[in-house]
Amino acid sequence: MKAEGRNLKKSLSSSRAMEKVWIIFLMAVLITMPSLSSAYADEISVQGFLQGNYSSDTDASNPGGKDFKWAEERAQIKLEGAKEPFRLFIKTDVFYDHIDEKAGGELREGYLDLAKEKWDMRAGRQIITWGVGDLIFINDVFPKDYEAFFSGRPLEYLKKGVDGVKAGLYPEFVSFEFVIIPFFEPNNPPSPARFWVFDPMPAVTDRVKKEPAPNLKNMEFAARAYRGIAGFDASVYIYKGFFRTPAMLPERLFAPARIKLFYPELSVYGISLQRGAASGVLSLEAGYYDSREDRGGKDPVVPNSSSRFLIGYQRQLWEDFTAGLQYYGEYMHGYAEYKKSLPGAFPEAKRLSGLFAMRLTQFLRYQTVGLSLFSFYSPSCGDYMINPEIKYKFTDSVWMALGGNLFGGGERWSQFGSLKRDDNIYTQLRWEF
Amino acid sequence: MLRYLIILLITLLPLKAFAISPEEVMKTSQAAFLYRGKDFKARVVMRLVSGSAGVRVREITMIRKNYGEAGGDQKYFMYFFQPADVKDMTFMVYKYPAKDDDRWLFIPSLNMVRRIAAQDKSSSFVGSDFTYEDVSGRDIEDDAHAIVKEEKLGAADCYLVKSAPLGGDVDYGYKFSWIDKKSFLPLKEEYYDKKGELYRVFTAEEIRDVKGFPTVTKRVMKNIKSGHSTEVSFTKVDYNIGVEDSLFSERYLKQPPKKWVE
Repeated sequence: MKAEGRNLKKSLSSSRAMEKVWIIFLMAVLITMPSLSSAYADEISVQGFLQGNYSSDTDASNPGGKDFKWAEERAQIKLEGAKEPFRLFIKTDVFYDHIDEKAGGELREGYLDLAKEKWDMRAGRQIITWGVGDLIFINDVFPKDYEAFFSGRPLEYLKKGVDGVKAGLYPEFVSFEFVIIPFFEPNNPPSPARFWVFDPMPAVTDRVKKEPAPNLKNMEFAARAYRGIAGFDASVYIYKGFFRTPAMLPERLFAPARIKLFYPELSVYGISLQRGAASGVLSLEAGYYDSREDRGGKDPVVPNSSSRFLIGYQRQLWEDFTAGLQYYGEYMHGYAEYKKSLPGAFPEAKRLSGLFAMRLTQFLRYQTVGLSLFSFYSPSCGDYMINPEIKYKFTDSVWMALGGNLFGGGERWSQFGSLKRDDNIYTQLRWEF
Repeated sequence: MLRYLIILLITLLPLKAFAISPEEVMKTSQAAFLYRGKDFKARVVMRLVSGSAGVRVREITMIRKNYGEAGGDQKYFMYFFQPADVKDMTFMVYKYPAKDDDRWLFIPSLNMVRRIAAQDKSSSFVGSDFTYEDVSGRDIEDDAHAIVKEEKLGAADCYLVKSAPLGGDVDYGYKFSWIDKKSFLPLKEEYYDKKGELYRVFTAEEIRDVKGFPTVTKRVMKNIKSGHSTEVSFTKVDYNIGVEDSLFSERYLKQPPKKWVE
């Protein structure tokens, strides 16, 4: 959940995903349409769900005045067609949002697969998940929707698709994934209309957001190589692209009238290891975040470079009960420069910030009832988030979840402490078909 | 001298009563039930029947490949068709005798492969009355076995074997297995809890010959105490189909090849 989160230069930009160009996806559809429709596709399947999802404030009303973090009905259609060696997959949602009182639609995923014996390729909008953390991301550099996570939406909505191409290469000794993303997609932070997010410069309301333009120079590139080594699932990762949380650049440092939000250049180099150990699963991950626009750490606006690591252990303690514990650390480089250049009004980040995460899960009654408790606690800031949930499967196709998101501790600017007025309880009801 | 010889014969008598040792019976049975062929594939439909909640259905393609002798390493690959909320989910197990399995789960909605903890052998498999161990087998050395007697079950001559776990890692206190003398398949198993009460019964309901291997194609596990039961039928059963090692990989967990899962 953490990602580039705790950085205070993080902004509070509100505007949601922008208009997107789906050139790659449309091209993919156009290329395959003839072979899929005219000829006999080997298989076409349609699936989906209807869902109600409501999350009510328990502490304070939203800054925007409503009492719900989320209130919507949603329908999803998943369409899949295959004709060897091609496969087309489309997952699209339509919804009605009761808070903003508007209907909408989104293409969650839409891609074309081409699979050969030694390689494959996926072009279009796709969700990519890397790394071994449980809700803690180091080498998963792909966009997240944190508003969805804090609002009590189903977990799959934490991940946003990227519009790009992924290629897999599978020689004998190691496997590779290469990703290119021509169209930048930022993280979606909690919106200031619904969450009491911290803003270091609330007086300056004029804000312009500048995303990296879709050109060759700004093309994001990510690669992963993986194989088994001594019982470990081992991966190495590299990424060249941008921070997905914007930095805030006041036009003038004193009495600014306008703030520019932009996404600084970032490269990440990392590894992960995971294996069975002591009757459980041990996870290790590390990454070096190279903040290419502020390598010296002197720029107060751009995040400094950092080293990040996590260690996790998960174990089944008794029948259908699993416990997981993780520790995440983030070490800021160029800390002396950072402290020197930090403007007075800004709260000071620690050189080493830590985060514990715990997950407990118990299934009951032939796994039709699931109880879970997920929590974050930061020993460096003293803030926390607690997410208890109960999920019940009425039948194979109907389930319901009830849960809560509780925030507190820390400072008014810390990641979870800043959300202390945003406690909510939520329900998710889904009918799958 | 003769006296000693008689005593010696008497002490040997219980051992000589059966031509085969209980360990051999269980070993041969394990080979017949879980290790036939070089590899194996079936479409598995599980009906989970409960009094109150009606019937739930799990439909899976299960592929298994052996590495080495019967009782040795195996790899399993499972692809879920049903229920809808786990459609396209895949599950992979590297099974090793005498140490914990490695298990991986692929969650399609997050496009994420996760290793999962595999320490608890008596956890329910996908919410059914079968445990993970019922699906992929239990190490013979984990139990003490004894042949209680030979008896007929229906028309079949069987060994009745009593097995009691040597460690405390499972729910049952002991179990009885009726092992068919001809095919060595288990035709029935009764599981008794630690208080000695019967609580789970397995029955092989249908046995078919596939490529010369007698195969249990219908089976039921009934929980006597809860009334819950799970009926499993295998269709499209096949052996020695040339499953490649590469199938058991992260690549194919994420994108299972149609030719194997159909």
